[in-house]
Amino acid sequence: MGMTITEKILANHAGKTSVAPGDNVWVDVDVLMTHDVCGPGTIDIFKKQFGQNAKVWDPEKVVILPDHFIFTADPHANRNIEIIRAFAKEQKLPYYYDVGTENYKGVCHIALAQEGHNRPGEVLFGTDSHTCTSGAFGMFSTGIGNTDAAFILGTGKLWVKVPEAMRFEWTGTFPPYIMAKDILLHVIGDIGCDGATYRTMEWAGDAVYRFSMEERMTLCNMAIEAGGKNAVIEADDTTFDYLKGRTDKQGTVHHSDADAKYCFNKTYKADELEPVVAKPHSPDNRALARECKDVKLDRSYIGSCTGGKITDFIAAAEILNGEKVKIDTYIVPATVDVEQDLHKETIDGKTLAQIFEDAGARIGEPSCAACLGGPKDTFGRTHGTEVVISTTNRNFPGRMGSKEAAVYLASPYTAAASALTGFVTDPREFIPARV
Amino acid sequence: MKKKIQGRAFVLGKNIDTDQIIPAEHLVYSLSDPEESKNYGKFALSGVPGKDSGLPKGNIPFVEDGQYRSQFNIIIGGSNFGCGSSREHAPACMEIAGVQAVVAESYARIFYRNSIDGGFFIPLEAKQKLTEEIQTGDEITIDLQTYTLTNETQKKTYSLNSLGDVIDIIEAGNIFEYARKSGLIPS
Ligand code: SF4
Repeated sequence: MGMTITEKILANHAGKTSVAPGDNVWVDVDVLMTHDVCGPGTIDIFKKQFGQNAKVWDPEKVVILPDHFIFTADPHANRNIEIIRAFAKEQKLPYYYDVGTENYKGVCHIALAQEGHNRPGEVLFGTDSHTCTSGAFGMFSTGIGNTDAAFILGTGKLWVKVPEAMRFEWTGTFPPYIMAKDILLHVIGDIGCDGATYRTMEWAGDAVYRFSMEERMTLCNMAIEAGGKNAVIEADDTTFDYLKGRTDKQGTVHHSDADAKYCFNKTYKADELEPVVAKPHSPDNRALARECKDVKLDRSYIGSCTGGKITDFIAAAEILNGEKVKIDTYIVPATVDVEQDLHKETIDGKTLAQIFEDAGARIGEPSCAACLGGPKDTFGRTHGTEVVISTTNRNFPGRMGSKEAAVYLASPYTAAASALTGFVTDPREFIPARV
Repeated sequence: MKKKIQGRAFVLGKNIDTDQIIPAEHLVYSLSDPEESKNYGKFALSGVPGKDSGLPKGNIPFVEDGQYRSQFNIIIGGSNFGCGSSREHAPACMEIAGVQAVVAESYARIFYRNSIDGGFFIPLEAKQKLTEEIQTGDEITIDLQTYTLTNETQKKTYSLNSLGDVIDIIEAGNIFEYARKSGLIPS
């Protein structure tokens, strides 16, 4: 029986020649990532279980990226940063990206990629559910809690149940107004918020392989919104082009066998997709953007690990260029690199940053910001009954701060077009030249 | 592991995500400091919109104002319980508030795993829509030997799915005790 990419990686890391869905295996871990929200709890458990003077199994394999509650006056949040800072020092961790220093990176999933920690064929766990993002590099990656992370810190191993796999193949060519976010929201609308629970979401097809690494990361990022354990895209030239200069490690490329077993296998036609949104209060509450044109908005938010990469801002800027926003519009670059690129990338001779400022949007500092609400003084956080269109990944009640707020999830094109009208807007209205 | 869990039910709907279980703004407290961690009990399930909190009536706070322990120790939930983030603060806050068992139609993977590996409470799966049968406040007995749930208030018994192979971790207490018992890490 053939195996999928995921099964091959897990077998390889469990020292086995093959594994099958449902098997419980202990795997060797290549990278453990944690951040400011879950790091302190993980460190507590690690010390309690392995001793106050315990050493992590391999300092080279631990990556700590403060990113969630960074620019706040909240004393507890700042105390948490102190805890991870002290731990990084004590354990001599080479990959601690401290806030307030030149080393600060921003949102963990994007920083992992930029800093070369995502490598094909490897196993990466992170104390964040969107760790599945790294699957874009043809690796196994998934989110875990503090206890499991502490176990890895001490042992370098973790048990995993081998997931069943679902395959989503896209043939043809995506229209120019379609972004990875539309695809995700379309698929989650199909299978529901728990449609991929315990499963792998494997993306395939020529239309997917033409995507940049940034768009591939968006595709993999939201597997968790369908309940998925991991997402994966086979590594190819695009992957290796991205990795150049970021890591010396080569990684291993795995392919799914032709006779690999999938519990779901569907081929979609890329050409037929229209811009999609998820209505409040669930990522599977799908509608077409044009069907929501009467929804009046208070705010547009473009940011997060899934919607705050440079490709997302290029898309938003194409629409905002030379226009004025009608509602409060927040731009939050995921990482420092993305922020710097806002000042380098140009359209019609203007930088993206200039285009956003001229349009009347506000640009925040690189971090998770209001994607998960956060402390009261967080940039872009909702506090009342705001109706928001957002490029983030979750719209459950209270996710962006206020329980009374209503959040529509959408692509950067759709969020930018909606910023210009104050209503949920199909971006085709603003990119006629390209359609 | 206890063989029987008894107490009062708190009923919730489907897709109860981790932001409803513990809103992100509260994730700043220490989980190990006994005093500070009481904040997690205080805000447990505080993100659930009023109308969905304590079904079928709704508008029942899980934890009373100024308290950090709930009068309810058994949660009855719908499908995809605990979806959303990987924050272990979610099962932890429920334990701090006094939850001993959750009986849901299905779970999100990370939440389920965290509950077991961290030894916070026992996540059980119902075979039918108990959210439509049980009312918040009903007296419940869960028998872990027969995998049955009895609603003492309504005098009805339902069967539950068995815990399967994770029972070994639950019996050991958490993933560390399990690993010590099986020789994976030194005791
Ligand atoms: S940007 Fe949002 S989804 Fe991404 S890691 Fe931060 S809080 Fe999580």
